[in-house]
Amino acid sequence: MAIENLDAVRLLDEHRHDAIILTTMSANNVHHGLPSVSKNEHLDFPMGGAMGKASSLGLGLALAQPDRKVMVVDGDGSLLMNLGSLVTVGNKAPENLYHFVFENGVYAITGGQPVPGSGDTNFAGMAREAGYASVYEIDNTEDLATSLDGILEQKGPTLICLKIVPVIENTPVQFRDRPSRTTQIAMKDLQGALAD
Amino acid sequence: MQQEAVLHPASIIAELKKNKVTHVVWLPDSETNFMYQQLTEDPEVDLVPVCREGETMAIAAGLWVGGKRPVCLIQNTGIFESGDSIRGLGLDVNNPLVMLVGYRGWDRHGVARDSAARFIEHILHAWGITYYLVETDDDANRISMAMEEADRTSKPVAVLVGTEFGA
Ligand SMILES: Cc1ncc(C[n+]2csc(CCOP(=O)(O)OP(=O)(O)O)c2C)c(N)n1
Ligand SMILES: [Mg+2]
Repeated sequence: MAIENLDAVRLLDEHRHDAIILTTMSANNVHHGLPSVSKNEHLDFPMGGAMGKASSLGLGLALAQPDRKVMVVDGDGSLLMNLGSLVTVGNKAPENLYHFVFENGVYAITGGQPVPGSGDTNFAGMAREAGYASVYEIDNTEDLATSLDGILEQKGPTLICLKIVPVIENTPVQFRDRPSRTTQIAMKDLQGALAD
Repeated sequence: MQQEAVLHPASIIAELKKNKVTHVVWLPDSETNFMYQQLTEDPEVDLVPVCREGETMAIAAGLWVGGKRPVCLIQNTGIFESGDSIRGLGLDVNNPLVMLVGYRGWDRHGVARDSAARFIEHILHAWGITYYLVETDDDANRISMAMEEADRTSKPVAVLVGTEFGA
């Protein structure tokens, strides 16, 4: 079983309250990612530009804004590129950080090549051993819908590994639709929203 | 006998405080060895230790967006390790980040044998990142100059720390 990409981001947005959501890769896609459904764009942080760094960026934001929840929505290939960040997060242990991983087993954006260890890697287990306060694995939409409020009520750092149906992209990059806001503009918007 | 010029961690930390730095995101190097203890004991500055230097610019970017004033403290080898972060979360997003960089292999008296020293300034030039060399306590105020430049230009600026600290 697995969750559709679009259903996952829609549920995260529905249950966020006033959390910041930082998205990367498929979670950040203009057609099936958060930007296509978000009702809280001023608190969205669509991160393009540096593969693997969403967890680190989210850690910095969570440390800077301890009274606000920060939800990071990572890719599995991306997290593999920055696995040490699990330990960095576990060590600083921000209670307001919720780290979602879209485990679709592949590099969807570059054409669907399997990530190393696809299907065999235990992201929740690694996060637990790295010092996260709680970890979850969810593989269906109903469980995600019913458990999200409870997960977000508990203190983090929490890793939630979601089994996601990959949406594989084969359109040449120059023909893909661009997001309406660049990372640079989105960061400015968020800075403004947080300073208000 | 001429007194040896040294750089004390206290001089650097005083500069950080003068500039209201809130977080030091770091991975140790021998050039900045003695700062660790002083920073961990300091209640005003929060230390964020990382596993790998590429994390530092991303964490600092998050802190900056969230309203804090971070610096990173890494070795020149760590700059080589961090290329895509400096590009994507430093230069591309106008992050006014000051990077304190241990200048491994720096020696003003001879030929630098260590490739970490030979390449670092070329790499910074390639990115258009300006830098200030700090070797002794007298140079420490160049950190304030770097901070001012980072703010004014909305760009990352480096401070190359050319000596190992005195205790
Ligand atoms: C440092 C770096 N290496 C490679 C790439 C090329 N690249 C762009 S997206 C991507 C795949 C991302 O995979 P994942 O995080 O699993 O997200 P998904 O596409 O599955 O949503 C890759 C390899 C890149 N952008 N940066
Ligand atoms: Mg993937």
